[in-house]
Amino acid sequence: MNEFLASFSPISWLVDPLSHDFMRRALMVSGLVGGVCGFLSCYMTLKGWALMGDAVSHAVMPGVVVAYALGLPFSIGAFVFGVGSVALIGFVKQKSRVKEDTIIGLVFTGFFALGLVLVSKIKSNIDLMHILFGSPLGISLSDVRQTIIISGIVVSILLIFRRDLMLYCFDPTHARSIGINTGLLHYLLLSVLSLAAVAGLQTVGIILVVAMLITPGATAYLLTDRFDRMTFLAIISSSISSILGVYISYWSDIETGGSIVLVQTAIFLFAFLFAPRYGLLKSQRSISP
Amino acid sequence: MDLINDHSIDDFCRIYAEEICVDYNGTVALYDASLQLKSGCICGLVGMNGAGKSTFFKALMGFVRPSRGKIRINGLDVPTAQREQAVAYVPQNEGIDCSFPVSVWEVVMMGRYGSMNLLRVPRESDRKAVWHALERVELIDLRKRPIGALSGGQRKRAFLARAIAQRASVLLLDEPFSGVDVRTEKLMADLFLQFKNEGRTILISTHDLSHVRDFCDLVVLINKTVLAYGETSEVFTPENLTMTFGGMSPDFLSGSTPAIDLNT
Repeated sequence: MNEFLASFSPISWLVDPLSHDFMRRALMVSGLVGGVCGFLSCYMTLKGWALMGDAVSHAVMPGVVVAYALGLPFSIGAFVFGVGSVALIGFVKQKSRVKEDTIIGLVFTGFFALGLVLVSKIKSNIDLMHILFGSPLGISLSDVRQTIIISGIVVSILLIFRRDLMLYCFDPTHARSIGINTGLLHYLLLSVLSLAAVAGLQTVGIILVVAMLITPGATAYLLTDRFDRMTFLAIISSSISSILGVYISYWSDIETGGSIVLVQTAIFLFAFLFAPRYGLLKSQRSISP
Repeated sequence: MDLINDHSIDDFCRIYAEEICVDYNGTVALYDASLQLKSGCICGLVGMNGAGKSTFFKALMGFVRPSRGKIRINGLDVPTAQREQAVAYVPQNEGIDCSFPVSVWEVVMMGRYGSMNLLRVPRESDRKAVWHALERVELIDLRKRPIGALSGGQRKRAFLARAIAQRASVLLLDEPFSGVDVRTEKLMADLFLQFKNEGRTILISTHDLSHVRDFCDLVVLINKTVLAYGETSEVFTPENLTMTFGGMSPDFLSGSTPAIDLNT
């Protein structure tokens, strides 16, 4: 142990992996995807769309498989199925008496099961484990390109509609009464969610992508009362935890997706305990003076 | 006097509703409801829960499409009037997520969004409008507070400030007096009078009759349709109120007794 500490140098811990091509790629993609998902996570947590995020991220699965089978970019298939699942949820909700959370659970597991069946039936070189758990260390150049394009689209939309989306989350009635098209914002946010889920799939996989879409927002929400600051904190914490997760995964030889999400969860726990105003320890102190 | 967004072709009616019918999947919520309000008046919209008050509001804001009838705001159809920033809705406190990370200043600035560019970047004139609106509701010192840190009455004033900043000529208020402190109530009474003198039209949805008598020039009694409409003193008769509230005896009309919450 002492030997390890003596030989441990933070600089080489950070720099050494950069000599590998695959690590440079993994770190860049993870940091980028982390930032993008972190940005979106603010809207997901404030709108109360955690379950929706879970649903959409699972529902993209058959889309990815079909797109691969047809030789299309996987993001297109994922996008179609992501938005389709949401439209289906809305349709069933309108036409039946079943409660919304039940329908969400029903639709996303249905889509996910369809994806699993398709993977087993369609002869292709898709690795199920890569879709389910992500594989940032083995990401191909064309996937990197696709992820950059998706991230660019998501960030542009969020930047342009930043204020409108905030208003839509806070007070949709007011938004409508001043002539803002809230229906458009609703579907815009859902489309962005589908795209971000596809991007996140690259790094942490379908199962864990919902963590990328809510944890950074939840963490930032505990740390500030300002929306702009919350956005900033979510992006930073999400990016850093993604990059850190990849490093830890490399040095400790553990699963990358799990490693990234665990770092995010750890940061959340830290905020949960020690946040200046909303942390657990702070509120206890103020109760017993 | 404040600027207001007034694009009316003639000044006759701020709110013009003619034989509105609204039904939700076959259930009639409102039928043959007609109402004309000129500029510069305060009108109470009184009825029980489920009598169609909120449906009427929704129709005026374009959230539900009447199956029949015609609505004009400042002589314009509802979507156009909304784009002209003519209508402001002041919500009930319960309808707002108080833990949302926005400051009072940002909430009032939301009143300006409809007049800004796509990116909603505030100009100097927007900042001035927000500052001025906050001064009028006496919240300027609290402008940096998160909205959740305000009391119920202060929050109500913040949303009134948003309507002022929006320069709306038609204000729709949902239970404005519920859960507010005395200071806010007095301030709101003064503000409503100022609004009236500025030519705004205020429609107050409530089941609190004592406030209607104190503040409103006009009153509309509704129960699925407009039962009675006119000067408050003329409309507030025991017969009309019995009709509005079903078989309940309106003993709260007999002077000094405080208003009874008819929904409890």
